[in-house]
Amino acid sequence: MNAFQWTDATSVKQATGQQTTPVADAMLVNAKPESATIFKAGGVDVLDLMKEHVLAPGRIVGIGNLPKLNAIRADGKEGTHLGALVTIAQLEHDGGLQKSYRALTEAASHAATPQVRNAATLGGNIMQRPHCWYFRNENFKCLKKGGTVCFANQAGAENKYHAIMGNQTCSAVHGSSISTALVAFGAQLELTGPQGVRRVPLEQFFVTPEKDVQRENSIQPNELITDVLLPAPAAGTGSWYIKFGERESYDWALADVAVVLEQRDGRCTKASIVLGAAAPVPLRATAAEAALLGKPITEETARAAGQAATAGATPLEQNAYKVPIFAAIVKRAILKAREA
Amino acid sequence: MASYRKLKKSAKKEGKFAALAAALAAPAIGAAAPGATRSLTMPHGIVGVNLKTISRDVPADEPPALVTNDKLNVLGKPTRRLDAHLKVTGQAKYTYDVNLPGMLFGRMYRSPHPHANVRSVDTSAAERYPGVKAVYIIETVVGSAVERDPNHKNPKVVSTGGKFPKVRYAGQPIAAVAATTQQAADEAARLIKVEYEVLPFVTDLDAAMKPDAPLVYGGKEVSMGETGGGGGAAKGLTQKGNVRGPATKSMFGGARGDVEKGFKEAEIIVEGEFRTQVQTHAPLETHGMVADYRPDGLTVYLSTQDTAGARSELAELFKLPKTEVRVITEFMGGGFGAKYGAGNYGVAATNLSKKTGVPVRLMLDRREEHIAVGNRPNSVQTLRIGAKKDGTLTAMQLVSHGTAGVGLGAGVGWIAETMYLTNPNFKGEQYDVLTNAGPGAAFRAPGAPQGAFALEQLIDELAEKVGVDALALRDKIDKSEMRREQRRVGAERFGWSKRQAPGASPGVVKRGVGAAQSEWGRFIDMDSSCEVRLHQDGSVEIRSSVQDLGTGIRTVLAQVVAEELGLQPTDVTVRIGDTNYPPGPGSGGSKTTGSITPPARTATYKVGQELLAAVAPALGVAPSELAFVGGKIVVKNNPGKSLSFREAVQKLPSAQISATEKRKDDYGGFFRPGVSFGQSGGIQFVEVSVDTETGYVKVERVVGAHDCGRPINPLALESQINGGILQGISWALYENRHMDRNHGHMMNANLDQYKILGSREVPQIDIIMVEEYTATSSTDALGIAESANVATAAAVANAVYNAIGVRIYELPITPERVLNALAKSKQKLGKI
Repeated sequence: MNAFQWTDATSVKQATGQQTTPVADAMLVNAKPESATIFKAGGVDVLDLMKEHVLAPGRIVGIGNLPKLNAIRADGKEGTHLGALVTIAQLEHDGGLQKSYRALTEAASHAATPQVRNAATLGGNIMQRPHCWYFRNENFKCLKKGGTVCFANQAGAENKYHAIMGNQTCSAVHGSSISTALVAFGAQLELTGPQGVRRVPLEQFFVTPEKDVQRENSIQPNELITDVLLPAPAAGTGSWYIKFGERESYDWALADVAVVLEQRDGRCTKASIVLGAAAPVPLRATAAEAALLGKPITEETARAAGQAATAGATPLEQNAYKVPIFAAIVKRAILKAREA
Repeated sequence: MASYRKLKKSAKKEGKFAALAAALAAPAIGAAAPGATRSLTMPHGIVGVNLKTISRDVPADEPPALVTNDKLNVLGKPTRRLDAHLKVTGQAKYTYDVNLPGMLFGRMYRSPHPHANVRSVDTSAAERYPGVKAVYIIETVVGSAVERDPNHKNPKVVSTGGKFPKVRYAGQPIAAVAATTQQAADEAARLIKVEYEVLPFVTDLDAAMKPDAPLVYGGKEVSMGETGGGGGAAKGLTQKGNVRGPATKSMFGGARGDVEKGFKEAEIIVEGEFRTQVQTHAPLETHGMVADYRPDGLTVYLSTQDTAGARSELAELFKLPKTEVRVITEFMGGGFGAKYGAGNYGVAATNLSKKTGVPVRLMLDRREEHIAVGNRPNSVQTLRIGAKKDGTLTAMQLVSHGTAGVGLGAGVGWIAETMYLTNPNFKGEQYDVLTNAGPGAAFRAPGAPQGAFALEQLIDELAEKVGVDALALRDKIDKSEMRREQRRVGAERFGWSKRQAPGASPGVVKRGVGAAQSEWGRFIDMDSSCEVRLHQDGSVEIRSSVQDLGTGIRTVLAQVVAEELGLQPTDVTVRIGDTNYPPGPGSGGSKTTGSITPPARTATYKVGQELLAAVAPALGVAPSELAFVGGKIVVKNNPGKSLSFREAVQKLPSAQISATEKRKDDYGGFFRPGVSFGQSGGIQFVEVSVDTETGYVKVERVVGAHDCGRPINPLALESQINGGILQGISWALYENRHMDRNHGHMMNANLDQYKILGSREVPQIDIIMVEEYTATSSTDALGIAESANVATAAAVANAVYNAIGVRIYELPITPERVLNALAKSKQKLGKI
């Protein structure tokens, strides 16, 4: 890891006045990393990138101690506010979230390890960069780093963990399983910059490779995620989340899914189904949602939704097996959400 | 495994292969040992099966025979590790923890190209980096194969493509720097500029075998290099392109009978192609050394499983007498076969220390550990078994290919040859394929888990064709008395009789059970010595250069000494892992306990005899009438008359008495170079659940029945077998080196994407030790490490088959492979 300067910010205002660069920009091949300043909260992802020598900022602004950003606050009307510095462990153990946003607490409790969950923050989790092993290897100057090739999409490449949808340009999947659940709940981000605060639905915050292959989201220079708002769930809402990995301990999802359902009179009136590790961004499975709307939730409709979830998938050489796995876990998550 | 190569060499010299095979098949009992002997009556046989006593002629100065464990006080009793507290509280000093005054920190620079000539190396920027004290450019690469070249004694000629060693894999070391901080060393190493002439490469096993494949060694014939590469490779084999072999001989003889005739006589033939993946060792502590080169000699702190061997190699490389080389390994964090010799990192650290005159610590990082210092080679093997309708074996034929990258030793072991000795006809052909990937190294039972994965699945397939239970078939075709007993007790504990037909488990998540057998040679290192010292203050000390690989030999030695002197293990000071003590064995081939405990007991016996002689006058009896019992020296026929151990040692005529002993030939003369008679067995039973919608396999339960002669510390044994099983499950289901064939890089050289089983993947494990007394040494102890790892993956595969009714022929058994196999079988059914 390179030598760097360190500043500990004491307020959001001070932090956003530090001339920071999004991590994605600091990682571009042509960037001058030594002149880049980046934010670090828990540091889980940033330090990984630095240890792999794919990120070498000259200056780091520590935001881990910013006041008031580490609370979970239920607001009767609006919903629940999650401070950007709330840890994944806090999400996992919060009683209110467990009651109303079960898919989120399930996602939190299956992320990484207990040790990592104690250090990792919500904002950092959303901002983490993809875990594509070509992207994270300094020997590969891929599209995401300003190169000209997606190595994972080359013939004969090692791509069993890569995207099966939206993968034509770049097939790195987004690593945030927390975001899979947050998008399903319609979470809104609050972003604070020197010019003030803006709000954006999390789903729209993420950008596809076709839109901008060098970035996974639309964060701007000097901008910080300060809050995540979970809208208050309607009565009769149930949710569930399933992560499928090769191991249960400490593993990335091969496939994960969050399902949020509203039911009235035995029929599904609203469905939000989001797939993780399927595409470069957390992906709304709209065809699966449509397959449930207006119907009773049964083994049969759940199975149909599972099949619909990956309709149009374009698997790579080594990852077609993900398709049946998604079908299975989408079905299972729907049936669990029905009960939850 | 260095030791195997050594023992093979010596075995060949003495032409004893045939004699060895004969000894394995039918041990001669009661053969006389040379020199002055006396006769001992010793326990002999398997407890619960055929335990009796026999008479052995042994060297006259050997201690009396030990009774069976049930009548002993310390041996065979679960004993907490002497160093457990030091380890769990962080007080134990590993190589990583060694911090000497003025010490520098090292880091290596490695090639980013898988195959290249090095045109120039420019270290000037690195040298200018603040804190850098020295740079060293590697002159010769150890750990890989070497070109068979008339000039090969000259390291400048070996493996060079010009002035600098040719690069043959991505991650091959080229240079190293030493600096005042680790961070400065890390940064400076990145400033080394190398000009390469990049060459075509091949990393894929199948691609490397093609006639037009890029040649890893330019088509030159290669042989085994030094420093721990591979599980041993036969010398003098022919080579065509990247393919070297076939190796047809094993240390047990190789081919027997006439396989063609055997297959003609067969009424049933089962055959399959089995594939296993590359597994990296991934010990908790990476390879590394702290080298302290001074005018009066070299001291190195090394994470090694063979202090004595590393000393020999360093003495040779640096042209120093052995008296001026000291290797210290007080504690080490795992090796699994990869930590032999000095290594490129060690040679670099020593050179940097020599250049700077101060100690240098050079520890590899996790990426280097995965890429450059060893792995279990992959394999593709075709195994064919012929049998009569009743299961009687008529022939077995094996052809295997595997790649140890730029190294050799990618065979699949010899268990197809030796597990089922009722088979009259065997032929094996094993090929090494060279590729541009990091060198393989010995890895816990080199070759054997790969061999078992094929053999034990195919034997199950044969049982199904014959229409008998898988264990019943083994009862018929397996000559081993030990495994017969292990099958019996294991099956009973496991509940084998409750198993269902393949695929009969209902529902989406299916349960299945399977078993597989293990076999491993009983290796012994004759060059194993230790000294036992008794001080007048009552303290007792045992010294040997033997190192604790993590298996608990420190505690085992204390137990042996304590049992002999009527003390407790905690009364004994064990000093090991330092070549200033008498040379002990390397810890590979599961040979540590079997090699070092007999001289430990004999040396203890000798100082004990000296002590008894010194105290006998005070007790008014002859020394032979005294015994060590419960911390006292008592008169055997008058137990009321005694001296405490502390009182007794004060009668010694000098401040200290001592005895140094070396491992002797096996009692009965069974010993052949490197091995004791017979082999260790073992069987493992596994229950899995398989999710047929997602392909997820989980091992729920394992029962292992194993043997290691006389068990010394059942607690450590269980722990080691647990480890073997867990490492086996990890290989069976999760671990895999993902190598990008387009660019020649390992993509998952970390512990994030290189997936080792974690705490949630640990099943319920139940271990049964079957005691055996071989009457071959003063302790009758033998090893366990490797046999504990051989059967696991095969047993998991057999259990998966039982669960879903479809066989998986390739490791690891991932969700992907299970789903593909299920889909294929559905298609097949659809067509019918």
